Amino acid sequence: MVYFSKWKVLFVLGVVALGLIFAAPNLFSEKVADAVPDFLPHEQVNLGLDLQGGSHLLLEVDVKSVLRERLTAVVESARAVLRRERIRYSGLGVRGDTVSVSIREAAKVENARQLILAAQQNMQLAVAGNQIILSFSEDAIKEQARAAVEQSIEIVRRRIDETGTREPTIQQQGDDRILLQLPGVDDPERVKRLLGRTAKMTFHLLDNNGSVEEARRGRVPPGAMLLPAEASSRSQGQPSHYLVRRRVAVGGDRLVDSQPSFDSQTNAPVVNFRFDTLGAKKFGDITARNVGRPFAVVLDKEVITAPVIREPILGGSGQISGNFTTQQAQELALLLRAGALPAPLTILEERTVGPGLGADSIAAGKFASIVGMVLVVIFMAISYGLFGLFADVALIANMILILAALSVLQATLTLPGIAGIVLTIGMAVDANVLVFERIREEVRAGRTPISAIDAGYSRAITTIIDANLTTLIASTILFFFGSGPIKGFAVTLTIGIITSLFTAIMLTRLLVVAWLRRKRPTELPL
Amino acid sequence: MKPLNLVPIKPDLNFIGRKRIFFIFSALLVALAIGLFASRGLNFGIDFQGGILIEVRMSEGGKLSEMRTELSDLGVGEVALQEFGQPTDILIRVQKQEGGEKAQQVAVEKVKTALGEGVQYRRTEFVGPQVSRELFRDGVIAVILAMVGILAYIWFRFEWQFGLGAIIALLHDVITTIGIFALTGLEFNLSTVAAILTIAGYSINDTVVVYDRVRENLRKYKTMPLPELLNNSINETLSRTVMTSLTTMLALVSLYVLGGEVIRGFSFALIWGVVIGTYSSICVAVPVLLHLNVNRGVQTSGGGRGEQPEPAE
Repeated sequence: MVYFSKWKVLFVLGVVALGLIFAAPNLFSEKVADAVPDFLPHEQVNLGLDLQGGSHLLLEVDVKSVLRERLTAVVESARAVLRRERIRYSGLGVRGDTVSVSIREAAKVENARQLILAAQQNMQLAVAGNQIILSFSEDAIKEQARAAVEQSIEIVRRRIDETGTREPTIQQQGDDRILLQLPGVDDPERVKRLLGRTAKMTFHLLDNNGSVEEARRGRVPPGAMLLPAEASSRSQGQPSHYLVRRRVAVGGDRLVDSQPSFDSQTNAPVVNFRFDTLGAKKFGDITARNVGRPFAVVLDKEVITAPVIREPILGGSGQISGNFTTQQAQELALLLRAGALPAPLTILEERTVGPGLGADSIAAGKFASIVGMVLVVIFMAISYGLFGLFADVALIANMILILAALSVLQATLTLPGIAGIVLTIGMAVDANVLVFERIREEVRAGRTPISAIDAGYSRAITTIIDANLTTLIASTILFFFGSGPIKGFAVTLTIGIITSLFTAIMLTRLLVVAWLRRKRPTELPL
Repeated sequence: MKPLNLVPIKPDLNFIGRKRIFFIFSALLVALAIGLFASRGLNFGIDFQGGILIEVRMSEGGKLSEMRTELSDLGVGEVALQEFGQPTDILIRVQKQEGGEKAQQVAVEKVKTALGEGVQYRRTEFVGPQVSRELFRDGVIAVILAMVGILAYIWFRFEWQFGLGAIIALLHDVITTIGIFALTGLEFNLSTVAAILTIAGYSINDTVVVYDRVRENLRKYKTMPLPELLNNSINETLSRTVMTSLTTMLALVSLYVLGGEVIRGFSFALIWGVVIGTYSSICVAVPVLLHLNVNRGVQTSGGGRGEQPEPAE
């Protein structure tokens, strides 16, 4: 315990030197650190959102709605098929996770089954008497959900990119969740508004088989649906509800571009859009066939506007003039450009920290760490004299190593993480305290300095390891079960335990041994 | 520099002889903690309960009661306001809204609209019912797992009596910490769980150091009466226990005083933990060994892996 091979000395000093090099970038501002040539370390400690300010949002993709929507589409397609073939049916609709329909004439059940199966090849089909029940397999449902989440992430990314947020983190969490971290965003209301809409836009023809009044009393004609008008247009003396055909004339997925603009005559904010080739053709056909009739622009189940088609629109581009404010037109254009979410998103959790609080926290954390450190350094020096100073050197080296490890691992430093560092300052000297106290005992038992130091280290070491491993167990569990800032606490605590073991056992001992060899003392200043 | 000995060179305090006092004191403490927990409950933060927390900075202080009336008329249920660190900083807590995640968002918007322009939002947190349930579950699992992990380690390194003694001390610390939160009404949140786990780690750390010495002395002095042996072990390690508690305390107190309002509850819990953890490892964990039938005979496999039992001196 009082002998160090040359290699070991080099190793200990090397680790400390590396620590210094990797911790160094943190002394400079971000700009200076970035300007350092690539072969030198230039990574700084990664600050958590609670320190640098920013917004953390946890979103949930409503995957159930994807299934519901698919089932509704199946109902519509079955209705179309059965009508075309003049097969009489009743009770067509979604029941739980299935679609069921009863065929009136028993003789036509088999025929209907074949027809429906041909239209829905990926579904499972069961026949019970006159009833046909369609359902998706477990795997198909899972696959749909997976695809929906994947696509949602893509759309969220596009929408966030459009807002100009720098370095957002967007990742999947669990089966149906998306974690969004937006550094520097201190008022996420705009982001939340953008994510709060699926922005599913569809064009429908109005239904003329029934009236809005009747539909509101519950008599909606088959194949039609009653939709409310968008809130801002309702006040303008426009109808509050529209009866539109369920069948989508052209879908918003055919849009290739949309831009906010102003109407050339009224100067009101509008949104210009352009379809892709197929969308343009469809739109052209429909408008050509329905001149003089109104069609509805539907966004998220609300009718934005329902103008009368004056002439066929063949060029594939058009204009939506709802009752927009400039901001609304901009947001709608952005949403249409970025694409529709496959399912609505729900915000499960939000944690936003303003830049002011973040900066205050850093300042307070730094100050507390420095004061805590100075107090411990003084206290150790008073209690153990020269040996206390050795321990102090190790403590400072420990801080440098923690900083270096955080920079190299690019672990995130949070406010509780700073607390973890402060706690480590207090606890890091424990290993040295254990050794020094043991050495004192050995001296009292009549040993010579060298033998006392040797015995002190070798006897204290098992205790040190036992004691630190228990804390390590707690901090590891914290790391795996903690979320966000708490994880940051576990990270610094874990790193701190490991580095403090190294500095206390290796570095302090090296200093003690070096001193012992030079001075060859007959008495220990302990 | 002449080193200072805070603890007398050879303290000879009679800890074991006063164990009855310690046990009664600890039992009362635990009973009180459980009673407080049962009667007052914990002031769960939004992490575990769901709800909204907004910290704002006003341009001038003293608007608290005005804001209180304004916000309580919003129809978003119970709204609690308090000054946070300084008169211009106000912490607004809004209870969990009925009606799922969407309703929480609506409430956040309502509050923000009511506060209007001219306030600086320092913090906005909202936790929906779903996430808060999960966080609570994860917190409970983490605490249990940590306890089991620590217990397993002690069991592995020492004999079972020590493991049991350590876990008694640990439960004592955790329960009284929860009790102090019930007593003070301090917010119990995610960082409190982190604090509890850290306290558990610290307390065990202290206990292990004394136990290590007990184990060493058990091998050395095979005929010494157990009470005397335990008392000696405590006294021999007392200097270290006091030193480490003091250095940790120095760091934590500076964190409590200077570390800012956000982290004050957290550092308070840790400070309490160091006090109770130090007390319990000396006055609970060791004396309790007397009643656990510690094996004095041949060394069993649990102890001294890699070490040869030393002959008695």
